[in-house]
Parts: sequence; structure tokens; C-alpha cells
Amino acid sequence: MGFFNKLFGLNKEQKESLDQGLEKTKTNFFSKIAKALVGKDTVDEEVLDQLEEALIGADVGLNTTVAIINKIESRIKNEKFIRTAALNQVLKEEVMAVLTDAPSHEFETFNLPKDKKPYVLLVVGVNGVGKTTTIGKLAYNFKKNGKQVMLGAADTFRAAAVDQLTIWSERVGVPIVKKEMGSDPSAVAFEAVQQAIAKEVDILIIDTAGRLHNKAHLMEELSKIKRVISKQLPDAPHEVLLVLDGSTGQNALEQAKHFTAATQITALAITKLDGTAKGGIVLGIANQFNIPVKYIGVGERMEDLQIFHKEAFVDSIIG
Amino acid sequence: MFDNLSERLESAFKQLKGEGRISEINVATTIKEIRRALVDADVNFKIAKEFTDTVKEKALGEKVLTAVSPGQLMVKIVKDELALLMGGDASELDIKNKPTIILIAGLQGSGKTTFSGKLANYLKTKQGRNPLLVAADVYRPAAMDQLQVLADQIKVPVYIDRETKDAVQIAKDAVAQAKRDGNSIVIIDTAGRLAVDEAMMQEVAQIKAAVNPNEILFVVDSMTGQDAVNTAKAFNDRLDFTGVVLTKLDGDTRGGAALSIKYTVQKPIKFVSMGEKLDTLDVFYPERMAQRILGMGDITTLVERAQAQFDEVQAKKLEKKIRANKFDFEDFKEQLNQIKKMGNIKDLLAMIPGVGKAIKDIDISDDAFKGIEAMINSMTPFERNNPERIDASRRKRIAKGSGKEIADVNAFMKQFEQMKQMMGQMNKMKGMGGMPSLPGMPFGK
Repeated sequence: MGFFNKLFGLNKEQKESLDQGLEKTKTNFFSKIAKALVGKDTVDEEVLDQLEEALIGADVGLNTTVAIINKIESRIKNEKFIRTAALNQVLKEEVMAVLTDAPSHEFETFNLPKDKKPYVLLVVGVNGVGKTTTIGKLAYNFKKNGKQVMLGAADTFRAAAVDQLTIWSERVGVPIVKKEMGSDPSAVAFEAVQQAIAKEVDILIIDTAGRLHNKAHLMEELSKIKRVISKQLPDAPHEVLLVLDGSTGQNALEQAKHFTAATQITALAITKLDGTAKGGIVLGIANQFNIPVKYIGVGERMEDLQIFHKEAFVDSIIG
Repeated sequence: MFDNLSERLESAFKQLKGEGRISEINVATTIKEIRRALVDADVNFKIAKEFTDTVKEKALGEKVLTAVSPGQLMVKIVKDELALLMGGDASELDIKNKPTIILIAGLQGSGKTTFSGKLANYLKTKQGRNPLLVAADVYRPAAMDQLQVLADQIKVPVYIDRETKDAVQIAKDAVAQAKRDGNSIVIIDTAGRLAVDEAMMQEVAQIKAAVNPNEILFVVDSMTGQDAVNTAKAFNDRLDFTGVVLTKLDGDTRGGAALSIKYTVQKPIKFVSMGEKLDTLDVFYPERMAQRILGMGDITTLVERAQAQFDEVQAKKLEKKIRANKFDFEDFKEQLNQIKKMGNIKDLLAMIPGVGKAIKDIDISDDAFKGIEAMINSMTPFERNNPERIDASRRKRIAKGSGKEIADVNAFMKQFEQMKQMMGQMNKMKGMGGMPSLPGMPFGK
């Protein structure tokens, strides 16, 4: 497994958990292409058609799928033919090329940049994608890695959202800054940043209410939260994390577009990838917005929130 | 909603313009466009293919009558086919039994708890029932608190047992209590679960076996992608649910999941849910949805919402005032409140045929009327009742009080005058009854 370690930056356990989480995806994806490959030496139209269907079926989206297929087609032309045995490799390479690299490798093990303290992480997304759960798991993983974590409960809207985050803070054993339901989320963010500075924590993770991206006033509220944070700490928030549900279809592109307009998303977290959903939207978003995926959720356990490694991800999907 | 799909179909139909008969050649591009549009809207690609094949078969050789263009004919064929696919007539809940037991199931984050609250509210206010909400999610932190808060808001009793960590037992106990207390409906909100999670699927199957529900509703996020088919199938195989609920339908685009699910499991979509206000739950009408998909608007739902908020006594009073040309700012404010009660303004406007597309990229927030309200609120009761007495110094004070510029107040006063004039003209036209429209309404100030 030493080889895997180096290649993917994951330990054996993590890779296994990833493979396990994405197993459904993989089986499904391959059974489709395998049928078209029976009795063939080289990749032909039929194989490409199957591949196209498999990609669309994985929520990769029409545009990105066509882009990938075109690239493979032109490779077939240039390299005369591609043996079916090599199709996997070619597909992996092309899919990898679409995925955006995360700008920094400092995060590979839930580390933080030393010159940014407290590191402020603002978490946003539509309703029901798993923001609060993701925050709980992030807190656990950062704490496990020796970081001082603080949570800010700026979802003052959804019924019992503050309670839910409070339970997580108790479970993980980290402090939480909160106000009563219905109070101004910007005020919560303000106080959280102040306390994070005063208590000299390493990372402050701020939860926000789920909002549909086409509600202009809610998006404006998000911009305001961000402004309030920046006023106290000029380079904060250091990260604005958009959480996406892995089973979401093409609407994820709209979400990325509108949230980016309101808060300049710097990274993505994709949740619920342990179901049968393929999370192909990752490719679509990377292709159109250049926003890197940083975290993926592949299971219920705390450890199942992982740092995203594109090689490992592609390897787990395509095999 | 479905804006993109309608747009894509519209452009696809344009290609048929000017042709006299639908033929293999002229229909090919259109069919391809329809298929792409459907896939883009997250309709499962296999289903999109089958759907367009059917449409093509029906369209081929159709003679285009002089009265309709080929495009219009295609719209009709596609619309009929869509409505057929999404399932005949509206399907109501079966709530004859006493108590009627409704089991709510679905993936994590699909909106089960919010929907449970909405359903309880709907059955209480619209059907005069007396529902009991049951918190059977023993896993997600604070899930019980969430249901408790919602239940308090709509003043419906809720069964919560924080000690028993067994969802099956909780469901059984709750039903027993409902029978004792005489609740006519029991709504059991369960934990979110993945279809591949064997233990969790077993749990919900056990709940079903224990309480023998009359309705099992599968709640699904309308933004779900291609996987909607697999999830719906897996839940249906296990639970044989009686209906589907589409949530978060107030987002933009798609809704393709609705087609895919209906096509795959052949179960009716019983409700569509939009927004977080507990009174925005709509019964699903396939015909209306098909019309929406094709950009034909959804005027029926709009009218129903208006009727639900319509207060006849108020309206009579208002009509009298308008006839006497005495419409003032108090009345205006009342009208604004009526409109706001109907729900999100952009959603409302999008239901008007042809408007959905036009306002797609325009931001109209629920706060659109805030500026106007602030100005009216800054007026004294005397000023509100006597708009003509608002002079320069009063305007100055109103501007200050509402945080607006004098120019804003002037513009608003002018619009109000114009509106009054138009109402006066309407007065002169005989036989014009009912609610006056609000011309010149300034948006986005």
C-alpha cells in the first residue's frame, strides 16, 4: 500500500473507506460500458455512445460529457485507434484533466496555513445538503489533528438549527458561539469572529441557513455576513465552502453560479456520495467554474468526511 | 420553475416554423433538441429517449391544419404526452380512515420534516382535521426539536419521546396515543436514509409493518439528478409507497426528477412543496405541471392562491371606496398585505403565462414592497386617509422617517395619483367588479 500512500496521499484505511463509499457508483458505471466492450478490440462509435450515456447517467451533464467524448474521439483519430483495454486509462486521464486542482496542498491532512489565525471558514449552500453535519465532521477532523476549533451558529432561521449545531459542538468537544433563533446572522458571525480572535483559536467554522440560490434577498444576507467578517479580519473569511448534495443534478451548476456571485466560493464539499448517486456534477462544476472540490462525504462516520484527492476519486469511480 | 426546459423547447419548436407537415426530416432536429432539453432538466436519459421516441411517432405524418403552426402542434403533442406521463388526474390523499396514518420517508435533506409540518398545517386548516405529528427520527441531532418548533408554530400536537431510541416503538406508541386522544390523522416523520443502507431500510419497513399506514409518502428533492430513478425504485421496492412529494420546487430550472420518478414507479405525485413558509403546499396537478414545463404558465394555481387569501368583506369595502374615488394609503397598504400573503412574489409572477421567462434573471425579492411600506408607515393616520393633504414639508418628514430621498417620495406619490386616476377610469366602465389591479407598481425599490 506504500505506493497508494504516495500516489493519492491517503492511508490504506482512507482509501478503503473511499472505495467502499463509491462502490455503487463504480459498479453501475462499469456494467454499462462493459456490455459495449464485449468481443471488441478497439473503441468504436458504439463504445463511445455507451460511454456518453454512462457519463450523463452519472450527472456529469451534457456539455461536459460532450467535451470529454470529443477529446477521446480526437485521441482516437490521432492515435489511430485505442485498444479497449486502454480505454480506462484514457478516460481517467480526460476526466482528471477536467477536475480543477485545489490551490494549495496545505490541507491534505486537515492542516491550516500558519499565517492565518484564526482561519475563518464560512459554510454555505441550499437547504438540506448537509451543511451542519459537514461542519460537525470538519470540527472533529480538525480537532483530531490538534487544532483549536470554534463553531459559529449563524443559521438562526431553520427550526432547531442552533440546537443541532450545539449537539455537534458537545459531541466533538469544541466551543460554540450562538444567539437565540431569529437573531441577525451577521451579528452572530460578528461575535463569533471576535471570540475566535480573543480566544486565539486556530479555526472558526461558521454555519449559515440553507437558502435557495434564486432568492435574491437571502443571497444579499450572505454577502452581508461576509462583509461583517471582513471588517474585523481583513483577509477573512479565508475560505467560503459551498456544500453540494452529491445526488443533485444539473441545478448544482446554478447553485455554484449564484453562490459565487454572492460570496465568491473558494471551495466545494460534496456530500452523500455513499448512496447510488455518482457525484458527476463535480466534473460539470470544475469544467465551468474552476472551483476545486476540497471535501467529500462518503459515509455516516466522522472519518467519512475526507479531503478530496482527484486521483483517488477518479480511481474509485472508474477503477 | 422549469424555465430552462420551456426555453429549450421553445427554441426547438421555432425550427418547425413555416413547415406544412411534420416529416421525418423536419422533426429530427426538434426531437433531438427536446431530448437534450429533457436531459438538461435532469430527466433520466433513458426515459428522455423513450419519451421523445413516443412523441416522434405521434408527430410524424400529422397534418398541420391551417389554423395551427407545426410548432404549436408539436407543443400540443409534447404537452399531452408529458401530462400523460405524469399521470392523468390529480390524486388526493386517502384520509377516510380514523385515524389515518401517514408515513413520511425519503433521503437525508429531502425536506421530510418541513413537509410533515406543512402537511399537518394543510390538513388542519384546509380539511379541518386534527392531526398528530410524530417525531420518529432518533438519529439526526435536534431533529425532534425541529418538529417540535414547527408543530408549535402551526399549533398542532406533537408526539416526542426522547428516551425510547427505537423508531418502531415510538410509531406504535404514537398511534396508540392518537387513538386515545381522538386525533384523526397521524403523520410519522422518519429519519432520512440512503436506499443502500440495509439496516435503515429495514427500520422503515418495520415501522410500516407495525402501524400499517394508509398513505406512505416518498419525499424527494426536485433538484435530484439522474439518480432519482434508482432511489425512487429502491424505496418503492421496499415500501410500496402510495405517493410522491416534490420539495424545493421554488428553485430554478429542472424538475425533471418528477418525470423520471413517475415514469419509473408509476405512483402519483401528490404534493409539491415550495418555500419554508408552512402554508405553501400545493396539490400536484399533472396537467398544470405539463403546462408549466412548456412555458404556458400556471394561471390556475395563481387564481387559487388569490382566492384563498381573498376576503370578500374587505373587497366590498374597497370597491365602495374606489367608486367614491376615496382610495387612500390605508387601502393601498391593505392591498399590499393581501398580495404578500399569497406567497413569494417572483413565484407568483412566474405563474402568469409568458412572464416566467421574462423575469428569470430579474431579482424580485419579497422585500420589493419594503420601501413603499416604509413610506406608508412613516405617514400619520391623517396623511394616510387624506393623500391630497401631503404637502412638501410632510413629504420631507416622510422621506426622513422611511430613510428615502424626497425624490422617492415624490415618485411614489405620483404613481399613487396615477393609480387612482386609472381606478377612476375603471369606475366609469360599467360592469367592472372585483378586485382592482395595481397598475404602475414599482418593483425593486
